[in-house]
Amino acid sequence: MPSQREIRRRIGSAKNIKQITRAMQFVAASKLRRAQESTLAARPYREKLDEVIADLAAVLGADDHPLLSSRPLDQPHNRLIVIITSDRGLAGALNTNTIRFVAREIADHPGDLKTATVGRKGRDAMRRSRVPIAAHFEGFGDKPAFADTLPLARLVTDDFVAGIYDRVDVVYSRFVSTLVQRPVIEQLLPVQPTEDTVGIPGNQFLFEPNPALFLEALLPRYVATRIFQAVLEAKASEESSRMVAMKNATENAQELIDDLTLSYNKVRQANITREMVEIASGAQAR
Amino acid sequence: MPLHLEIVTPERLAYSDDVDMVLVPGVDGELGILPHHTPLVSLLGVGELRIRKDGDEESFAIVGGFLQVRPDKVVVMAETASLASEIDLEKAQAARHEAERTLASGFHEGADLAAARATLQQALLHVRVAERRHREGPRSRG
Repeated sequence: MPSQREIRRRIGSAKNIKQITRAMQFVAASKLRRAQESTLAARPYREKLDEVIADLAAVLGADDHPLLSSRPLDQPHNRLIVIITSDRGLAGALNTNTIRFVAREIADHPGDLKTATVGRKGRDAMRRSRVPIAAHFEGFGDKPAFADTLPLARLVTDDFVAGIYDRVDVVYSRFVSTLVQRPVIEQLLPVQPTEDTVGIPGNQFLFEPNPALFLEALLPRYVATRIFQAVLEAKASEESSRMVAMKNATENAQELIDDLTLSYNKVRQANITREMVEIASGAQAR
Repeated sequence: MPLHLEIVTPERLAYSDDVDMVLVPGVDGELGILPHHTPLVSLLGVGELRIRKDGDEESFAIVGGFLQVRPDKVVVMAETASLASEIDLEKAQAARHEAERTLASGFHEGADLAAARATLQQALLHVRVAERRHREGPRSRG
């Protein structure tokens, strides 16, 4: 049996761990609230852009803008996957899930493929498994700004237009609820207009100054917005996943402390009993 | 028929209400939009967006973006939108001087230059909108 002092030391360190994980849990909880708010606040913009694209779908052809032109994917093609993970760990299975999802996607669709990573964890994983990384971004902080995601959006659209990639997808962890975050893949490019559901025939729209210029400005914005939304979702997922992970860690630490305290008391009791027996038998022997 | 106006930016929903009329800075000049307007999509310029509602006027400083008009609905998707009454004139002035200094300090990469110009443009706009508001007083027009 370990000595009394040994057990006391272990209780001490379990208490320290519990303090840290508890603090992290509360920090994550408050950051989660902020991340959730900004994810919700950004949603209307994306929805409105979706609407505009849907309105235009009726008048748009694949030839109207290079970002709309899909290229035959049954032939060998180049693909880029944008992977959004967190910079920091200790967020439960979040990044592992996202990365495993990417790995499955890569295994299912062999072919020429590169990745662009957002967040240190994704980059490290791709590096380890020797998947080529075309670009890497990190340090968007606790409140990602729209401007932070613009360089990535520009890179993606420029390379697509230049013909370096035939298809661009984004993989991120969608924030479903505090307990559920699910990795998803979405096609970024070519842009696929959703069907117009609201019902104003697209050909009745006037374009100012003209359709070409309008699309020229709108489509890259749309791509940037999709990426921004993905980054925000991933951020909210990260904080909620971390909060839950740290809550579990805190509970486990408490359990460990309880167990150790019990055995500490047992050892202490055993020592007292032994000493008493020794004293008693010493007195008898006299 | 009321005209429903929504102003959204990538970071938030800035305005959503029924209005009588809205004046929007288009790329080629100002557009006045009343109910029953022809469906229209347009690029936005940099300038002041003015909202008329029940005899009151409110204004936003708008920088770039898109406009979608339907007969009963106007959606403004701007890069940034700041409510005129929330613009701090002193801060706007400071931002303007800062941007001018950056531009004056010489060598710039293409992207940096564009960003610095955009900052200056926005600061100038904020100053203009805030000054006009000071002159005329809040919501004075009927």
